[in-house]
Amino acid sequence: MHNASLKELSAALAQGKTSSVDLTKLFLERIQKTNGALNAFITVGAEKSLAQARAADARIARGDAKPLTGIPVAHKDIFVAKDWLTTCGSKILSNFVGPYDAHVIERFNAAGAVLLGKTNMDEFAMGSSSENSFYGPVKNPWDRTCVPGGSSGGSAAAIAARMAPAATGTDTGGSIRQPAALSGVSGLKPTYGLVSRYGMIAFASSLDQGGPIAKSAEDLALLLNVMAGFDARDSTSVERSAEDYTLDLDKPLSGLRVGVPKEHFGEGLSVDVGRAVEAALAQLEKLGARRVSITLPSSGLSVPAYYVIAPAEASSNLSRFDGVRYGYRASGYRDLADMYRKTRAEGFGAEVRRRILIGTYVLSHGYYDAYYLKAQKIRRLIAQDFVEAFRQCDLVIGPTSPTVAFRIGAKAADPVKMYLNDIYTTPANLAGLPAMSIPCGFGNENLPVGLHITGNYFAEARMLQVAHQYQKATDWHARRPAGIEP
Amino acid sequence: MNWEIVIGLETHAQLSTASKMFSGASTAFGAAPNTQASAVDIALPGVLPVVNKGAVERAIRFGLAVGGEKVINRRSVFARKNYFYPDLPKGYQISQFELPIVKGGEIPIVSPTRGEIKIRLTRAHLEEDAGKSLHEDFHGMSGIDLNRAGVPLLEIVSEPDMRSAEEAVAYAKALHSLVRWIDICDGNMQEGSFRCDANVSVRRPGEPLGTRCEIKNLNSFRFMERAIEFEAKRQIEILEDGGKIVQETRLYDSDKDETRSLRIKEEAHDYRYFPDPDLLPLEVSEDWLKQVQAKLPVLPQAKRDRYQREYELSVYDSNLLTQSREVAEYFEAVVEHEDLKDFDKRQTAKRAANLITGKIAAEIGKTGVSIRDIDPKPGGLAGIVELIVTNKVPVSTATTVVLPELITHANKPVKELMKLVPQYSQFPQALTSRVARDAMVTSTSSTAAASIIVSVFDLWPTDDTKELEHIVERTIADNPTQVADYRAGKERAFNSLVGQVMKATKGKANPAQVNEILKRKLAG
Repeated sequence: MHNASLKELSAALAQGKTSSVDLTKLFLERIQKTNGALNAFITVGAEKSLAQARAADARIARGDAKPLTGIPVAHKDIFVAKDWLTTCGSKILSNFVGPYDAHVIERFNAAGAVLLGKTNMDEFAMGSSSENSFYGPVKNPWDRTCVPGGSSGGSAAAIAARMAPAATGTDTGGSIRQPAALSGVSGLKPTYGLVSRYGMIAFASSLDQGGPIAKSAEDLALLLNVMAGFDARDSTSVERSAEDYTLDLDKPLSGLRVGVPKEHFGEGLSVDVGRAVEAALAQLEKLGARRVSITLPSSGLSVPAYYVIAPAEASSNLSRFDGVRYGYRASGYRDLADMYRKTRAEGFGAEVRRRILIGTYVLSHGYYDAYYLKAQKIRRLIAQDFVEAFRQCDLVIGPTSPTVAFRIGAKAADPVKMYLNDIYTTPANLAGLPAMSIPCGFGNENLPVGLHITGNYFAEARMLQVAHQYQKATDWHARRPAGIEP
Repeated sequence: MNWEIVIGLETHAQLSTASKMFSGASTAFGAAPNTQASAVDIALPGVLPVVNKGAVERAIRFGLAVGGEKVINRRSVFARKNYFYPDLPKGYQISQFELPIVKGGEIPIVSPTRGEIKIRLTRAHLEEDAGKSLHEDFHGMSGIDLNRAGVPLLEIVSEPDMRSAEEAVAYAKALHSLVRWIDICDGNMQEGSFRCDANVSVRRPGEPLGTRCEIKNLNSFRFMERAIEFEAKRQIEILEDGGKIVQETRLYDSDKDETRSLRIKEEAHDYRYFPDPDLLPLEVSEDWLKQVQAKLPVLPQAKRDRYQREYELSVYDSNLLTQSREVAEYFEAVVEHEDLKDFDKRQTAKRAANLITGKIAAEIGKTGVSIRDIDPKPGGLAGIVELIVTNKVPVSTATTVVLPELITHANKPVKELMKLVPQYSQFPQALTSRVARDAMVTSTSSTAAASIIVSVFDLWPTDDTKELEHIVERTIADNPTQVADYRAGKERAFNSLVGQVMKATKGKANPAQVNEILKRKLAG
């Protein structure tokens, strides 16, 4: 049952082969058995989950069920959920119980899904390894000495270890796609504005986007159907009519033009990852796609631009965590300034403090033009690269991450090395484009490799179709890590 | 050598929306602390701002009023102003920085020394207010009230175009009047709905601008005038002693009537402004502009111009009558009154203007009642104007007796008023019909009220010349000193005698006739 697709689970619930309560119990048990080793969840609340499950069962009995009714979903601990501890992986919110539901949580509630628990993450989504959590690092289910990727590492590990049938994440520079790649699961970052950011604790507002993490593209489509939608409370939310992302999944790939950017296959890409991605491209050609060589000339600037813009916005977004109204407050301060200083020094981890410092610096008088404004110009150039690219192809495909999962601690001392993990994923955030990662084989030490698919604005349906067709022809996404609960 | 004072004003006008700039919480004044602070105002994790269209519309109204379409930026940008303070929940204030919604415009004022001048505006931009820190009653701690956090403000920045404290006050008053005129701000200075900071510097005429100081806490026009005067004097003294002005922010202390340093420029924050990524650029479409323009009332300047052109009123009177839309509406209702349509508008307008800017304004000042609610209503005042222009009652009687009595005895049954004047053994001639008298009320919406008052209080001028001559003779006999003074060439003594006669006739006499008889008798 825990390996079943969402479609299968939905059918089993509808046919009475299982109940939401049983399903929820099954996954709660799996979490109980495995979480000690993987640290994928920060919070589980069996009582609350089971109450939702009972309500879902009643709804199914009434014949009022929707596709996800009764299905447990794990949420990244960045989504505020009413009555749930919502920490964002930080000490500064370690006592913060959500007083309201994020838009994404509201939509899952309305769909009748069960909130299974809150998953671990890099503090405030800042990181590519899920090591920067106040609650300790998440372990990669494929090799527990390795990172699962980040920042949505808890959600990715939970799916890989079958601790949840579905999960959510957020992606500011690759935080859904990179952990999906490193943990051997599927993850989608939608077009900026498709999923409301209301109740999603902000890291870098102009880049943040929530999205699903699951075992397959088909599951992602079902989850996106719930998550996407206009929300007047988010001014950057896009008003457009609802789309059913499952409709085109089964269409063939004939005529598809796949753009392969030469910049994503050069220096820095490890050989094993390159080999798996090449094989995947060959597979797509076999399915009817045509390969087009393209260029994204500015993409080499994406990491530096990203690491100016994201910290700049973060330095301001995180100012509200000051110990005055909620969250952690240091004890033993002399005066107001001392209270701020101690609260924030003690409440934030090293990586968050580093980014606040970088962000404050690049916005400072006299540096703003040289850093922030220049980064914004590069951002426009990167978006322009894609405009050119999509004249020649329908999707841009390459590797998600330059390497497979690395050892816990291996890059912790070298932030720049860590930041370069995001080299293939940050351009989509800077341009606001949808992008996803799906498993496409295994590299060194038999660790998973992710295939990165970038689409044009609102091309999610097309991307999911291609991913689904690929997954119908391959079984990489169905492979499971050894050594976890069978 | 003399000094020139240079002043620019920054004004925060609270926009009169029901809800806040970026949240749905109420903006009503005076609620219990923190009862009007929503999740957005408290800056809970995950919440986002949404622009209040009503606030934007009010900013557009302002722009159209001070400069027309050309000063409205079709695209403006909200920016974050970052600093830490407990009453600033997000750790930044959402404001507009590089691209404000209004750029330019001007406010016409009347300067006591330079006449009619125009004060140029640099810009006006939308922003949210901060909360309030309460430092009393918390035993070593501070209390925070976030009811005001997020309240919409329009910050209006003038060019340094004013040259005296009086001009600064005239500008502030004109601006205060305008924001109420176009219904974007209630102008309540006690509640902080209209707050001014002044930038003051001094220089020798013709020289470049001197170093300025910003004075905060000017919460009344009187304090503004005194603070600027104090500050200019302080700067002049420093310069004349060979010192230098330090650029700083100073606070006006109204108790001590002085300004004192709050912080010098070196301590100023680096606010790290950048465009707010939670908000899209603010777009103002041509359609929206047209809709707002269509709803905009005729502006005070246009009315002033018309009063001077059509009614030949003075600049001074026109200004007073356009202090608020209510006053202008009242004035126009009098002048346009049906019963005055056969008279020369220039004459009726002048009489109405005198009564409104005199007794009516005094009554408003005394009682605090709005001109919308005052008695007499425009109809009642039109009745008084009619008595004057038809010469039925002397101007002085109309002004000093009829109008005050009408204010005192507004909307009363005549039967009751009659009890107040028992000294009249017989009914005034106009009220001889008992039936009519019983039904009569001094309705202040009606022009008849003025005549009723004149009748009840027996103020119709008497044409009894014999009686008047008798009174004049008695007055001359009773006032030998004034008579002697008059004969010695003191004109003032004559006026005093006229006053005595008028008093003796209870104001009923025709002043021209009194003058004539008095002169004749004194000469005789």
